[in-house]
Amino acid sequence: MSAAAHQSLSASSGRAKRRRRWGRVMEGLATLAAVVAIAVLAIVIISVAKKGLPALNADLFTQVTSTFGIPGEGGGIKNAIIGTVIMTAIATAISVPLGVLLAIFSSEFAPPRLALIIRITLNVLAGVPTIVIGVFVFGLLVVGNGYSAYAAGVALSIVQLPVVARSTEEVLLLVPSSLREASMALGASRARTVLTVILPTAVGGIVTATIVAVARAAGETAPLLFTTGIFANAVVTDPTKPMASIPLVIFQGSESPSPHDQEVAWAAALVLLVGVLIGSSLGRLLSLRSRRRIEQSR
Amino acid sequence: MATETPTQRIPLSGHRRTRYGDLALRGITGLASVVLGLLMVALVYEVAHEAWPSIQEFGASFLTGTEWNAVTDVYGARDLIWGTLITSLGALLIAVPMSIAIGVFLSELAPRAIRTPVTMLVELLAAIPSVVLGLWGILVMGPFVAQHIEPFIINHFGWIPFLDGYPSNQGLFMAILVLTIMVVPIVASVSRELFTSVPSDLKQGSLALGATRWEMVRSVMIPQVSGGLVAAVMLGFGRAIGEAIAVTQVIGGSNTRPDNIWGPADTMASRIAAQYAGSPTALSKASLAYLAVILLVFSLIVNLTAQLIAARLQRQMRGAA
Repeated sequence: MSAAAHQSLSASSGRAKRRRRWGRVMEGLATLAAVVAIAVLAIVIISVAKKGLPALNADLFTQVTSTFGIPGEGGGIKNAIIGTVIMTAIATAISVPLGVLLAIFSSEFAPPRLALIIRITLNVLAGVPTIVIGVFVFGLLVVGNGYSAYAAGVALSIVQLPVVARSTEEVLLLVPSSLREASMALGASRARTVLTVILPTAVGGIVTATIVAVARAAGETAPLLFTTGIFANAVVTDPTKPMASIPLVIFQGSESPSPHDQEVAWAAALVLLVGVLIGSSLGRLLSLRSRRRIEQSR
Repeated sequence: MATETPTQRIPLSGHRRTRYGDLALRGITGLASVVLGLLMVALVYEVAHEAWPSIQEFGASFLTGTEWNAVTDVYGARDLIWGTLITSLGALLIAVPMSIAIGVFLSELAPRAIRTPVTMLVELLAAIPSVVLGLWGILVMGPFVAQHIEPFIINHFGWIPFLDGYPSNQGLFMAILVLTIMVVPIVASVSRELFTSVPSDLKQGSLALGATRWEMVRSVMIPQVSGGLVAAVMLGFGRAIGEAIAVTQVIGGSNTRPDNIWGPADTMASRIAAQYAGSPTALSKASLAYLAVILLVFSLIVNLTAQLIAARLQRQMRGAA
């Protein structure tokens, strides 16, 4: 009997060994997948830095873009940087107020069913390809009026809107109801409660949502193709005219056979990548912090 | 009497005084939701309106037409729809197992101290602007993959149909790789969230019954969140079919289907990006807008399905709790 028991034990331990080994293989593969993802991030950042740094000089920021990549003429991206800043600012000035108002409505005033519809609509809007948004704004604002920074700003604001509204609503819903009730119990109206209690508590979350939305819009290319696709090699500050932008300079450089254009594209990509990565990691860190703070105030 | 007055007063004061501030704020914020509704309606109307000449001219045969010819002004989207589906499904084929593995790593295997930083790094991958990824894809990844990876696959797996032929710097395979890089962070971050939401008594129960960690993942965690994983995959699919810029940069923009996975092709989104600004005829522009309509319908279906699955999952979880 003891021999039989021994045999079955050793047989099962052989199978257990196999199962453990198989488990270790799968765990190794899972770890490998994470390593590969981070390696790809590192490789992209390193190769953009390596190719972009040589062209990263004072000219890049003081000269405007050049036509057909003729060396010596222009060779910078000053106008593109200014254009991207202005168009992103226009977009943010539209999307942040609208997004915050939407979030207030759906978290404070809307009946549950309507709030659900708003949430679904925002998710749908977030899933609409940005190229389709470009086609939409082209028909809405560009046909008849021509390319303009305004049109680009509107297109970018549509891309930003779900980002701002969804994360603002999330933060508003995190505000503890005890604060809400305390304010109402003191006789404050709903509006006063929202403006003086809820919004100040949630302001950190709104700021981070804004930062993430700005990072998103600054790197967006597809909507710009249709709204400010052809631009002058000069600094333009009139928003009724098309402006150069960093993403389009990169796009055109990547399609150009001229090595000079490609060099400028790499430098522009480095500027954009650094800005966007700083913006979105800052946004994420801040959102972790503000979330923790609100949760502590519960 | 004395006890009656306050109970009478409180509801009275609440009801009689209209709170104009409340009305104003409700009105202004409500207006924002009206703007959102109008925006969605205008979006659908305007894109369909731009596409109307082409819809009238080609109707449903647009979906099966193989020609895209500006000279004869005849347009059909079959090969572009095919390109969109092949590149997106190909990207999902690589990205989904990888993302689920990353989710398992981040929720179960990684040491606690590195979980948050690694999660942030994976999500940062999604923050790389697509135009930068495309630039890198065409000038760095493309030549490397065409010299080292494609010949290897062709030599060893060339007997599989569609994997034969010759390496190319631009083509379907490059588009699949770039889309994979874009889809992985989306699906991985949702899978991580799903896996961390699995109740620990389920996990520990399975371990206590003698399952190894991998068996616990395979037989408890993945089935537990399978609905959510499907929704995450749908989100990734939506992202992949709509990506225009990076795909335009690496796919090579061909008018015909390639004979193998290495050759140049085109997708709907990439065709719009490449040709909309310089489209030669009114009908060609309308046909590009028709592509946008198809993309819009695709994205609506994919997105709503994902939300429906996620909502049902949430209800189930609440029911179980």
